Amino acid sequence: MQTILTVDDSRTMRDMLRMALVEAGFNVVQAVDGVDGLDVLQQSTPDVIVTDINMPKMDGFGLIEAVRKDNRYRKVPILVLTTESDAAKKQRAKEAGATGWIVKPFEPTKLIAAIRRVAA
Amino acid sequence: MAAIRQTFFQECEEQLSEMEMGLLAMDEGSTDSETVNAVFRAVHSIKGGAGAFKLTQLVQFAHTFETALDFVRSGKLNPTSEMMKIMLRAADVLADLVEASREGREINEASYETVASDIKSLTLIDGKEEVEEAIDFQPTVIDFGFSGISVEATPEEEVSSSHEYRIGFTPQPELYANANETALVLRELNRLGTMEATCDASALPDLESIDPNGAYFSWSIRLTSEHEIADVREVFEFVEGEAELSIESDGQPEVSDVDIAALLAKALGTPTASEPDAAPESATTAQEIEIAPAVAEIIPAPAVAAEAAKPDAKAAAVPTQTTIRVEFDRVDRLINLVGELVINQAMLSQRVIEANFAGSSSVIIGLEELEQLTREIQESVMAIRAQPVKPLFQRMSRIVREVADATSKEVRLKTDGEATEIDKTVVERLAEPLTHMIRNAVDHGIESPEQRLAAGKPAEGLVRLTAAHRSGRIVIEIADDGAGIDRPKVRASAIKKGLIPADAQLTDSEIDNLLFLPGFSTASTISNISGRGVGMDVVKRSIQALGGRISISSRPGLGSTFSMSLPLTLAVLDGMAVSVAGQTLVVPLTAIVETLKPKKTDIHALGAEGRVMSIRNTFVPLIDVGTQLGFRETAAQPENSVAILVETGGGARNALLVDSIQDQRQVVIKSLEANYGTVEGIAAATILGDGRVALILDVDALVTGSFEESVSGELRYGTGG
Repeated sequence: MQTILTVDDSRTMRDMLRMALVEAGFNVVQAVDGVDGLDVLQQSTPDVIVTDINMPKMDGFGLIEAVRKDNRYRKVPILVLTTESDAAKKQRAKEAGATGWIVKPFEPTKLIAAIRRVAA
Repeated sequence: MAAIRQTFFQECEEQLSEMEMGLLAMDEGSTDSETVNAVFRAVHSIKGGAGAFKLTQLVQFAHTFETALDFVRSGKLNPTSEMMKIMLRAADVLADLVEASREGREINEASYETVASDIKSLTLIDGKEEVEEAIDFQPTVIDFGFSGISVEATPEEEVSSSHEYRIGFTPQPELYANANETALVLRELNRLGTMEATCDASALPDLESIDPNGAYFSWSIRLTSEHEIADVREVFEFVEGEAELSIESDGQPEVSDVDIAALLAKALGTPTASEPDAAPESATTAQEIEIAPAVAEIIPAPAVAAEAAKPDAKAAAVPTQTTIRVEFDRVDRLINLVGELVINQAMLSQRVIEANFAGSSSVIIGLEELEQLTREIQESVMAIRAQPVKPLFQRMSRIVREVADATSKEVRLKTDGEATEIDKTVVERLAEPLTHMIRNAVDHGIESPEQRLAAGKPAEGLVRLTAAHRSGRIVIEIADDGAGIDRPKVRASAIKKGLIPADAQLTDSEIDNLLFLPGFSTASTISNISGRGVGMDVVKRSIQALGGRISISSRPGLGSTFSMSLPLTLAVLDGMAVSVAGQTLVVPLTAIVETLKPKKTDIHALGAEGRVMSIRNTFVPLIDVGTQLGFRETAAQPENSVAILVETGGGARNALLVDSIQDQRQVVIKSLEANYGTVEGIAAATILGDGRVALILDVDALVTGSFEESVSGELRYGTGG
């Protein structure tokens, strides 16, 4: 079973992601912000990371950069899931090392398809 | 989904509170970027969640608001106090929209049109809208989830018609650095139809000159598929900008990131066509080459490290608070059990004393330790129910704004002691009386700017709302720097309404307390703000229902202060244990004014059964608790009894006649309704140390039940002395 790490400061969004992902047969671990996400990565190795951008403490850009810096996770696909569809932000996420970009509100089937597309 | 919806609205509450707090800090002049960020994030989160539930109205307004906040965040906008006023109003609208969405209704857009356009005007630079920002979020995207790629296929197209695509795909090093994989892209493409992929490895250098992070392969793909070009394009969505890509559909070059002619020439130059199935295999080979160096630590990333260090430093500044969410029922069950424990411990103590173990010091010491521990457990458990008054106080700032606007006054609310904690139920039930008092303070207390200036005060009035712990209780004060209570007017009004005799001699404090009388209203014109009907008497009653007391003090020209003293919890009660006809009863301490030993001459008969007691030349109704509750037939002899002077919610004073006073103690409240049924004159019950049940008196019900007919009007308010 593949494990997905979801990083989002919104409880609503975390619940929704969990529901959609568990239903699709994924194992889900959650984190509430970038700092928490890095913490979770110390204990579990997800197959895909799905992260929000606007978060307290450490935002999505910070998380992606930090994850890419860690050799263990250089090859873990990171999908950005955010309400922002701004091209400049997208570019910044790409530069940080994001694998893909999905705009909220998301449709579960599309999200699952996107995860399957990047997960080995 | 319903559960998630509930979570969303719960979260909205938290976000709204966070937002309000931040906005107020900004209003006070805070320019801290983290404050602005927090406000932005709160609104942003609401928008995000609202989008998921297709709450279009909420999404649209949140978006407008968010855009303005983003301007502040990015420094494009320097908020003036005027702008902050608009933002605070927008915050109110957002709260209304959340509330409406929760209840599944829509709000008439006209009602917040002004605020919406005001907020929008903040983001107009030289009167022009920043187009880029304005189209940043389109609510219509909702149904698709993905933006940019949600291009619909042309409908007139036949379902069975198949297309032939020629795709040139040259990954750049960034593609692999971002954890994308050529193999996965090809795998995805293969799902769309029949595919032939050719790998051009001619760019691969000698082994020693291979850059482990480099990308050396390019692919030319022939795809036969019934899918439209948008679907093909979607496969490459994530690698956009990380690869050179060209897609030619049925001989028509549709999309091009590079010089197609050059790429095609390059791709067609090495036409080593392979079987479709072989494509992912060869791709895997390429992947392995890419992965291997990834393990060898060759990546220098000082720039990345410097970037990442920044958010870390920020994180350290924010203290982490770990919390868990527990259902309320569980906490209540725990509180109940601890209540039982307290009672049990008291019973054990009593048994030990009765069994004459008192001589054994080790037993006594053990017992004392148990008592100490029990008390600590009780306090800790009560603390779980305790909540800071902050959310309650935050709501008040909105009330102040609204009333100030409606009355054309300038008022600032200053809050203090927001971290003070009270029982959740008390916080909840405090909202209404507090709202009413705050409205009063702004509407009746604070003068108009002109009047204030004429009186030598600043035009802006101040209402202070403070909470503090004081000797085991919470004291909440509402103080305004307005004109103070107009005592001659209050007195005249009370006389006119027949509440006091025309010749009544009242002290200042007694006049102030007239405000708490039922049916009293001082405003010369009845404003629709403070309303009518709900007077200070209702406020006083609700405070007393919480086991609280309220008092008022006022200085002409300087303002008034309402002070409320509330219990920390509703689960225990400070009471006076009294004996009546062999029964133990508990009188809530908050209702007791004083205790007296009556003389025979103090008691006077009134009517057939009624009696009044003279206390320092004032007559108060005397209630014989024993006969009133049916414990005995004949009335008690006053000279053998004790009178307890109590004050009811309505401010009426009465004397309760009981046999004797046992002691003052804290008792655990047990609901009588839940365990037995409603009994007139009894509020609840408790279990004593000896295991017997003691009833807690409902002073208000006892007084009204006893004297509603036999006591005349002027005796109802016993302030005569």
